[in-house]
Amino acid sequence: MKFGILVNEGPYTHQASDSAYHFTAAALRAGHEIVRVFFYHDGVNNGTRLSVPPQDDRNISERWSALAEAHEVELILCVAAAQRRGLLDGDEAKLAGKDSDNMAPGFQISGLGQLIDAGIQADRLIVFGD
Amino acid sequence: MSVLHIVNKSPYDRNSLHTCLRLAQPDSAILLIEDGIYASIKNAAASESVQQALNSHQIYALQPDLEARGIDPERMIAGISLIDYDGFVKLTTDYDKSQSWL
Repeated sequence: MKFGILVNEGPYTHQASDSAYHFTAAALRAGHEIVRVFFYHDGVNNGTRLSVPPQDDRNISERWSALAEAHEVELILCVAAAQRRGLLDGDEAKLAGKDSDNMAPGFQISGLGQLIDAGIQADRLIVFGD
Repeated sequence: MSVLHIVNKSPYDRNSLHTCLRLAQPDSAILLIEDGIYASIKNAAASESVQQALNSHQIYALQPDLEARGIDPERMIAGISLIDYDGFVKLTTDYDKSQSWL
């Protein structure tokens, strides 16, 4: 079966980013396809490579990046939500005249159309948030 | 059309569970995750409505979230089924749609 995942809440807030990750990993384990993980609202904060959690804590963005690499999962940040919150890839940073980007490996910036597309392509769209 | 209702907030924090129970159709199920787990505790203020919902709905609770909150399964309302993340994935495939009550 094809799954789309929507994450509406930032990491280390309540539990949505963790629940979404564990669900996605379990779905892949069961042999399902993840069409896309779409990060919206504060969920875009999952995609920063500058997060430095304590050593005995989970690293949420690295965990997503590892999942993306191992299973070729598409991780998409909503562009408008990302720009507002200072989540920039190389092109966006250059365009906005910023001195650096902060996108974690495996994450990409795209538009809300990708969420609609995930809803159309996937058999199930599972929403995690606050 | 069967629906899996996913509730992630405590009934002592928000009214999402009660709204869900009011609107859920008889062939739909309810899955308690994150702080929604607190609805599974017996002899508490929300227990009666959950107990009543069990007459018309399957109710599931996510075991890792129960354990994370230190709640002994013996303190749960009888009839609620414990599942893990693999079971969570299976439930979403068993039901036609998933509705998260955020």
